[in-house]
Amino acid sequence: MRHTLAVLVENKYGVLARVSGLFSRRGFNIDSLAVGITEDPTTSRMTIIVSGDDHVLEQVMKQLNKLIDVIRVIDLSSEEFVERELALIKVNADASNRAEIIQIVDIFRARIIDVASKSVTIEVTGDVEKIKAIQTLLKPFGIKEMARTGIVALNRGSKSP
Amino acid sequence: MTGKAERMTGARAFVECLYRENVEIIFGYPGGVLLPIYDELYDAHLHHLLVRHEQAAVHAAEGYARATGKVGVCLATSGPGATNLVTGIANAYMDSIPMVAFTGQVPSSMLGNDAFQEADITGITMPITKHNYLVQDVKDLPRIIKEAFHIASTGRPGPVLVDIPKDITTDELDFVYPDTVELRGYKPTFKGNAQQVKRAASVIKGAKRPVIYAGGGVIGSEASKELLAFAEKLKAPVTTTLTGIGGFPNDNELYLGMPGMHGTKYANYAIQESDVLIAVGVRFDDRVTGKTTSFAPNAKVIHIDIDPAEISKIIKVDVPIVGDAKQILGALLEHVSECDTKDWLNKIATWKRDFPLFYVNRNDVIKPQYILEQISEVCPDAIIVTEVGQHQMWAAQYFNYKEPRTFISSGGLGTMGYGFPAAIGAKLGRPDKIVVDVSGDGSFQMNSQEMATIVQNNIPIIIAIFNNGYLGMVRQWQALFFEHRYSHTTIENSVDFVKLAEAYGAMGIRVTKPSEVKAAIEKAVEANGPVLIDFVIEREENVSPMVPAGAAINEILDLEDIQ
Ligand SMILES: Cc1ncc(C[n+]2csc(CCOP(=O)(O)OP(=O)(O)O)c2C)c(N)n1
Ligand SMILES: [Mg+2]
Repeated sequence: MRHTLAVLVENKYGVLARVSGLFSRRGFNIDSLAVGITEDPTTSRMTIIVSGDDHVLEQVMKQLNKLIDVIRVIDLSSEEFVERELALIKVNADASNRAEIIQIVDIFRARIIDVASKSVTIEVTGDVEKIKAIQTLLKPFGIKEMARTGIVALNRGSKSP
Repeated sequence: MTGKAERMTGARAFVECLYRENVEIIFGYPGGVLLPIYDELYDAHLHHLLVRHEQAAVHAAEGYARATGKVGVCLATSGPGATNLVTGIANAYMDSIPMVAFTGQVPSSMLGNDAFQEADITGITMPITKHNYLVQDVKDLPRIIKEAFHIASTGRPGPVLVDIPKDITTDELDFVYPDTVELRGYKPTFKGNAQQVKRAASVIKGAKRPVIYAGGGVIGSEASKELLAFAEKLKAPVTTTLTGIGGFPNDNELYLGMPGMHGTKYANYAIQESDVLIAVGVRFDDRVTGKTTSFAPNAKVIHIDIDPAEISKIIKVDVPIVGDAKQILGALLEHVSECDTKDWLNKIATWKRDFPLFYVNRNDVIKPQYILEQISEVCPDAIIVTEVGQHQMWAAQYFNYKEPRTFISSGGLGTMGYGFPAAIGAKLGRPDKIVVDVSGDGSFQMNSQEMATIVQNNIPIIIAIFNNGYLGMVRQWQALFFEHRYSHTTIENSVDFVKLAEAYGAMGIRVTKPSEVKAAIEKAVEANGPVLIDFVIEREENVSPMVPAGAAINEILDLEDIQ
């Protein structure tokens, strides 16, 4: 099972090491991890995707909660939530195929953010499936480089958990 | 915050903070980056014990904490001083003992440059501390120290490390000690959920074969009175783990002894046949459970623990109650009544009669179990501190413990070299008590340098070396599982322990005959000073009974079956 956790932490040095150290030490697998500051500058939010059964998830959440710098742990996947990831993809492109690439970019509502004589760089936002799909379609052109932010997520509706 | 701010250096503030935390003693060892702090300690109104190796400082702080229930404090310099604390910090972490370890650090400006005697001790100790700090601004020092003591001593206790760069100790601040701590991410649950307490009570109500399995959490939360009242009200038998020893009076007829690998047969049988297992302040350690899939197979499990992460970590729990053991046992007491355990207690009495803990005494060679019985007789109220090995298991089995905090031993980590320094801490915390370090000839040599500390400070400790000339516990496994191939476990004639004691200026006694055992212990007690007794014991005595690693705990074998 894949779980999306929101982990609110103190915005202090060393917190990322504490969290990642906990995962590796206890043998929990991180599929994706994204960190950033929140609306409150003293708090950061980590979005962590873990896979494991209920027992693993329970241990992950409890062990995270034991860290003094962890303020809250929320299992977003227990309710309705939205998740997005941003990817930058640099693809081989020249005059002969640029139009074709632009078409793909349009279909995915992605954007071209840099053009060079032999390549274009595409910015795409979406869930994991969407990024996988555009990646598959761009692959034949030759993907030179790709960078992903990791998934960030919020629960649906107006309440903040 | 209250009080008028006084301008002072970080070093001075460090000492002020210790005063505010009512620290009476710290165990430490100086070094370059600690010079400003040591200068303040020169005329501070608190006791600093200078050890001979930082590992002893951290173990002594733990021994002090275990004997008194207060937070143990140790201090070491940067680099090697700090890394010498690592084993002891891990030990305190595994056994959930409240401790604050302070380390000096290279000046902030040099951090990260591989400066002389720099070690990333906060990085190194991240997985073995409850929390740790690197002080980055002298203004934060009082708050951090306040938080460190709070975190170490509340919730599930544990070690907290505070790393203090040298410039922080010379920088100045307006000193104010905070009254309260504000930690958004730290709110341990103390009071058990009332619904869960009721659910547990209703499970207990129908129990015919209940067993109470109590551990270090009972000692940590000072719950032994409640445990006794609870067991007697239910008429339920009690087994205490290695770290729970002393939490229940051993001479009570409901007492089953220790469970697990070297527990009693009847404790293990009782757990296996129980219908309700009431686990209090335990973590289902593998040395207790044996094969987890066949542990207490028919029991509904109630688990009382302060740490939610321990619930269902190893064994699936039916009724968890998160909170303080003392509080929860107190609450449960109001909801439970006597169980119908007459048949059950009869069955247990039969097991106790048929499968007692036993050894075959002899009058030509000293049996280790006999020494413990004699210590129990000569000084029944002593604090027994142990090293790790066979002698540790005999000390757990053959001394009659009546009170909490009278058995101090390295449980989770199993650290050889722990006992002697821990005994020093215990004695300084409880000067009214006779303190005996039950030691092995191997373990003692891991921190024997502390003889100098106890002689220099005239700390009366009885070191009882169970001298079998072997790393006995490992030898036992080699005998049982590796065809008696004693690979690198023979250490006979390592040293003349009596002469070693005398070289340090302590009293040394050698005992080779069973008939001399008691007199030697009496002599040591009378001496009321640093005494080492070298008990030359049966070399190949095995610890019995024993559950082979990975077996179910009712597959427990006697010595004869093993050999
Ligand atoms: C620091 C450390 N190193 C190694 C071990 C593994 N070990 C466990 S018991 C033991 C032998 C202990 O020998 P001794 O102190 O003489 O006690 P005995 O078993 O002979 O009573 C060893 C080597 C350990 N527990 N701790
Ligand atoms: Mg030995």
